[in-house]
Amino acid sequence: MNKSQISKNNNKLIMALLKGRTLIVLAILVIFFSFATPTFLQPESMLLIAKHVALFGILGIGMTYVIITGGIDLSVGAIVGLGGMIAGGLINEGLTLKFLGYTIYFSVPIIVIITIICGALIGIVNGLIITKFNVAPFIATLGMMYVARGFAMLRSSGATFSNLVGKVGLGNTGFELIGGNIGGIPIGAIILLIIAVIAAVILKKTPFGWHILAIGGNEKAAQLSGVKVNKDKILVYLFSGVCAAIVGIITASQLVAAHPASGETWEMNAIAATVLGGTSMAGGVGTIGGTIIGAFVIGVINDGLVMCGVSEFWQMVIKGLVIVFAVIVDQFQRNLQAKMALQSRNENK
Amino acid sequence: MDNNEKTQEGVCLRAECIDKIYPGTKALDNVSFDVLTGKINVLIGENGAGKSTLMRIIAGIEQPSSGKIFMGDEEVSFKDPSEARKYGIGIIHQELSLFPNLNVYQNIFMAKEKIKNFTLDNKTHEELSKKILERLEYPLDTNTMVGDLKVGQQQMIEIARNLIQDDLKILIMDEPTSSLSQQEVDVLFKLMRELTASGISIVYISHRLEEVMKIGDHATILRDGKFVAEADIKDIDVPWIVQNMVGSGKSYPKRERNIDWEKREKVLELKNLTLPKKGGGYLLDNVDLDLKKGEILGIYGLMGSGRTEVFECLMGLRPEHTGTVALEGKALEIKNISEQIDRGFAIVPEDRQREGVIQTLDISKNISLSSLKNYVKGIFVSEKEESEHIEAEIKDIHIKVADKNLPILSLSGGNQQKVVIGKGILTSPKILLLDEPSRGIDIGAKTEVFDIINQYADRGLSIIVISSELKEIIAVADRVIVLSNGIKTGELVGDDIKEETLVLDSYKGHHGH
Repeated sequence: MNKSQISKNNNKLIMALLKGRTLIVLAILVIFFSFATPTFLQPESMLLIAKHVALFGILGIGMTYVIITGGIDLSVGAIVGLGGMIAGGLINEGLTLKFLGYTIYFSVPIIVIITIICGALIGIVNGLIITKFNVAPFIATLGMMYVARGFAMLRSSGATFSNLVGKVGLGNTGFELIGGNIGGIPIGAIILLIIAVIAAVILKKTPFGWHILAIGGNEKAAQLSGVKVNKDKILVYLFSGVCAAIVGIITASQLVAAHPASGETWEMNAIAATVLGGTSMAGGVGTIGGTIIGAFVIGVINDGLVMCGVSEFWQMVIKGLVIVFAVIVDQFQRNLQAKMALQSRNENK
Repeated sequence: MDNNEKTQEGVCLRAECIDKIYPGTKALDNVSFDVLTGKINVLIGENGAGKSTLMRIIAGIEQPSSGKIFMGDEEVSFKDPSEARKYGIGIIHQELSLFPNLNVYQNIFMAKEKIKNFTLDNKTHEELSKKILERLEYPLDTNTMVGDLKVGQQQMIEIARNLIQDDLKILIMDEPTSSLSQQEVDVLFKLMRELTASGISIVYISHRLEEVMKIGDHATILRDGKFVAEADIKDIDVPWIVQNMVGSGKSYPKRERNIDWEKREKVLELKNLTLPKKGGGYLLDNVDLDLKKGEILGIYGLMGSGRTEVFECLMGLRPEHTGTVALEGKALEIKNISEQIDRGFAIVPEDRQREGVIQTLDISKNISLSSLKNYVKGIFVSEKEESEHIEAEIKDIHIKVADKNLPILSLSGGNQQKVVIGKGILTSPKILLLDEPSRGIDIGAKTEVFDIINQYADRGLSIIVISSELKEIIAVADRVIVLSNGIKTGELVGDDIKEETLVLDSYKGHHGH
């Protein structure tokens, strides 16, 4: 009895450490890099990291919703590229209506809305293919990845829209401000914070949030409980598309240029941030807060290693190892959790 | 290793004092079982009596909690099925375990591939497969995809798979005829006779007692995980089997309800409910059924009788069904589940782990999942209101929880089942559908579950219960209908609900062949 009590307390301690593991890893990384390179803790470095984290973080939030339902969205990186090209094209070239022989220039807020709607539509198509035609999410979004990237390239035959500042006469100036700072804080980071809060509240406080957790946990049981599985899945891919379009806008604005290849392989960073944050690839488990911390880990590793002068190739190796290690620890936590659940079940008897 | 000397004359395998304990239930309790050499040993018992568990242990799929298995002089223990196979034990599962995406010879030689010149020797595979199928009098193109075969043909492939090993000693067949036509059954029986003539021992599980009488040599009867009786088939008859199957031991108290059902209004009425089966035939064949307010209607039937399909039709999972369903006198067009839940249907599914609970959510969310939208204030779920309802429900149906925010898996099977029932009840249903609500839970929890059912029926909830446990259904139901092979073969009220009648009715649908 006494012995089992001790092991139980040990388990609880290990559990607490495991739950906070991503945060612990983040702290270790920050301490390590601040000793390794003097530039790391300086404001401009922090600003740079925050800008990058914002991008992975926002993508990661959309990805977290998708992965919670047991799916995956490989098309987000391509949507980043396409979103940037849509916004950039509308600023530099406007929308030409051929049959009227007439070109419309929209103001920046309208352009932002149009781009987000495009992202949403792509997400809906993903969702429809997955739910109505029963295509595996991996395949459906892989296809969409190529289609969206292809359209991004087609928009300008592979060229970049540069100098996206608009013209006063056309009333479309101010796009570059989105990539700037307010009071020393990158606007991207503020947008990340807003989306994170909204997404976390939806996940925790609304029926929709609980329904997607239920779908990922046990789709059949969720369906028999009256959860509208297909509708909720479509909404989740829609949300992921919207997040990606927003990232496309922020990236284009930060660079004041839209490049059709931008966002390539970012879906992997988003997945990595999500998994590091404790979301289970099997679905049913995940938090927004975890994903944000995961995005910070990815961001700090990326930029920290660059600042240390570590080669790009070693960066890849290290990032890969961190991700796989995180998942191994995750499995360990799940096993321990199951063990503790059984323990308390036997005690109840 | 191949020790053919038997300790006991005519016994090729002896399982001694086998216990098998699952969390919450004891599936086998000190069961001993002899497989007689060259005989067809039939194993009989109700659902949940432990037949399949015993066979899975002998075939190495599961390991006994305690007990020993002997073959000849040797004590054996099988870690996995391939080890059992080495000793010449093969099993044909209740649900076929073939690969529909592979062809006939690939299925037959799966994990027993012949290799020539470092590559698969498909010519030999094909030849040997042809030979085996000819022996089975079942010539087939061995390049056909197994997924394209009829169920009966697939069954033959399963048998062929086991025969491919030369040293097959014991063949276990778990309800092999449940999906076969009469013709196919005849072929199978002929084959079984040939196998026993060549010295192979067969263990045969079946619910169809006529078949057992026709094909069996020796019968063993299990009940509630315990050995009950054994005898040579020639010395016994169907009534003897039924009597031993159902036993005369303790039964649940029959509830007394003095209600004039004639005067109660009908809540639900099904007419000519028909559900076609893939590949011909019917899962449900013109079933009529009605349910009165506050009534508990039992549906009794064997596996494959169409009992679960009735619920699936009602919940909108089988939009292809025909016939009319009327709720409170109004005909319904059933399209999807969430609409059916809004109309006042709630279901507690048969497979709790696969369809009932959501393992990743905590206890409270598992309870409130179906009714979440009732607690929404604005766009958010009001946690206060949600929590009040959850707590009221936990109290109402006596779920034993220390903390409602613990993982669902920290509960025992019985309490998990109460959570699933509570989830349905929180949607304030008019009709509650319970599919095997007491499966896999211990005896104490069973009684509690049935108390809950009674309690809600007294409050006016109309309930349909599917159960394959005779005593339970007799104790809990006001009226029982029996399904057999998709046909309604019996309807019993009050004191006419008897175990023997239920069992006999449950075979009637198969006489039509």
